[in-house]
Amino acid sequence: MTDRRVRILVAKVGLDGHDRGAKIIARALRDAGFEVIYTGLHQTPEMVAAAAVQEDVDGVGLSILSGAHMTLFPEVLRLLKENNAGDVVVFGGGIIPPEDAQKLQEVGVKAVFTPGASTQEIASWVRENIKPRE
Amino acid sequence: MRGQAVTSDKEQWLNTQYRAAGERDVRFSTVSDLELDPLYTPEDANLNYPEALGNPGDYPFTRGVYPSMYRGRLWTMRQFAGFGLAEDTNARFRFLLKQGQTGLSTAFDMPTLMGYDADHERAMGEVGREGVSVTSIHDMARLYDQIRLDQITTSMTVNCSASVILAMYLVVAERQGATWDSVSGTIQNDMLKEFIAQKEWICPPDPSVRIVVDMIEFCCRRAPRFHPVSISGYHIREAGSTAVQELAFTLADGVCYVEEALKRGLNVDDFAPRLSFFFNLHNDFLEEIAKLRAARRIWARLMKERFGAKRTRSMTLRTHAQTAGVALTAQQPLNNIARVAIQALAGVLGGVQSLHTNAMDETLALPTEAAATVALRTQQIIAEETGVVNTIDPLGGSYALEALTNRMESEAMAYIKRIEEMGGMIRAIELGYPQQEIAEAAFRYQRQIEDKIKTVVGVNKYTTPEEIPLPTLKIDPAVEERQVQRVRKMKRERNQRAVKDALKRVAEACRCGNNLMEPICEAVRQEATVGEICDVYRTEFGVYKDPAWI
Repeated sequence: MTDRRVRILVAKVGLDGHDRGAKIIARALRDAGFEVIYTGLHQTPEMVAAAAVQEDVDGVGLSILSGAHMTLFPEVLRLLKENNAGDVVVFGGGIIPPEDAQKLQEVGVKAVFTPGASTQEIASWVRENIKPRE
Repeated sequence: MRGQAVTSDKEQWLNTQYRAAGERDVRFSTVSDLELDPLYTPEDANLNYPEALGNPGDYPFTRGVYPSMYRGRLWTMRQFAGFGLAEDTNARFRFLLKQGQTGLSTAFDMPTLMGYDADHERAMGEVGREGVSVTSIHDMARLYDQIRLDQITTSMTVNCSASVILAMYLVVAERQGATWDSVSGTIQNDMLKEFIAQKEWICPPDPSVRIVVDMIEFCCRRAPRFHPVSISGYHIREAGSTAVQELAFTLADGVCYVEEALKRGLNVDDFAPRLSFFFNLHNDFLEEIAKLRAARRIWARLMKERFGAKRTRSMTLRTHAQTAGVALTAQQPLNNIARVAIQALAGVLGGVQSLHTNAMDETLALPTEAAATVALRTQQIIAEETGVVNTIDPLGGSYALEALTNRMESEAMAYIKRIEEMGGMIRAIELGYPQQEIAEAAFRYQRQIEDKIKTVVGVNKYTTPEEIPLPTLKIDPAVEERQVQRVRKMKRERNQRAVKDALKRVAEACRCGNNLMEPICEAVRQEATVGEICDVYRTEFGVYKDPAWI
């Protein structure tokens, strides 16, 4: 284990343009001492996985408010595995009903944050659950 | 005292009686964090009645755009609806009309909004989720089946693919036997705010605005009862702006469209009467009312003094409003009914022409029929039980409200001036100015919530550990499959030659600068799809990419 700073990719998947949350999280994580890369809007799962590999990140935070989470989250997980990056921790947030959040956690999304979650809560979760990859 | 006074009556009162009485240790500021005085008096309100207020229907329309306001006609109760297949949304529309709703408002799904067909790979998982899926003229015909388009006004929330959707709407109307000049409604079509806030785009700002102006010009000539653009602050606010920023950026967008339409050679009094607006209604009651009153006054003055408008209708800011989606909480969602009622009341006291009230469950999913009904009933209660419609602008003349209206006006004008100094709104967007101002404000607000400077009931105060879940609307995943199959079948069976020729004519119009709308109307008649026409835009105008500022 190295003591370099944890690198997080904040990614906005889906066709919708709601980037308020993604930007606030990106900024809050940066303020909390993480290295943060933000993809910008309208990313496909392929684009997210490619960016995660290229930027050699330790975690990917997916923001989605378009309702397509059950399609797009598992696709990102699959593509990360396919690219030998299955150990990248995937977490996310958005308008995600509790039953869907539970299903997503069952397929490998480490945590799902929903409206009302505080940036401090998310930053401390990242600190505890995401370590620099070997 | 006069001229020599060092302390006014108000200051003296503040320094003596008020200070002695003491106040709670909290920050007394609006949702947008404007600090407020404990008291406003005649010296703050600066009531020059004819110049600053005027009677309803009189310049500068601070008190309302029509002489009799809600005593003449209530606002249009226009609930935003759309999900699944066109026939699902058609059923919801007819349900809402039966419940006493007085206008339609259509929500399209993300692929339609971004100019992709349902069978495009980027549409995967998104078909019919956040709105109704419309790929071809056949979907549009199903959407308004058994609804006479010359007898109802329809609002359509769509922007970068708006030219195609408007063409489809008009073609459906003509197939119902209605003439284009008998059709009225509103298409959002405000691309500037897309770059600023909602962020659904295809092409870069310049060609995007050209398409908007094509639609303004086309509607002037062919569909004169249609509003070709609804200049929107709603999404600016949802993205996190303050009330003043919402007001300023919206009106600066309006100025930009007016200037571009004038450059096209249109006469201000021909197109300005068809411009409409769309504002947000957030939690801060007086701030929201002041914002709407200030909006009318600023717009009237800009149109008259700067653009030389002569017709009253060119100067009046007529607006739709929607309660703030961002103010809804997932926690204790029944509380949202109270929030929505108060926000909607601010809209009515602010003199809006049309209103959408959010359903309590919209932070969880699209609304159920039951939740959508409560939202509509909230408007009916305001209209028919509270009595606030009996008097026009009943809060006009309140010292606090007039002082706040003046303050919103002067702060918004300072922003508008700064944007002009940058070279106008398109340039300001390219510089990222409004986008970054909004991101700053959003971050500041989030901090204030987390630091408990601002209270959100049920979220950072008065929380409950166990929540009773609300039933939510589920979109059947089979919807996507059905729509994809239907679209593929249609694409196989249509006259390919005719589609190709029609798309070629759209591309030619893109290149030579002719108005795009007639060729697009012809293309949709030939069963060209939303995605195919938007692909022409992608090829001819290029694709805009998010600068991804944090």
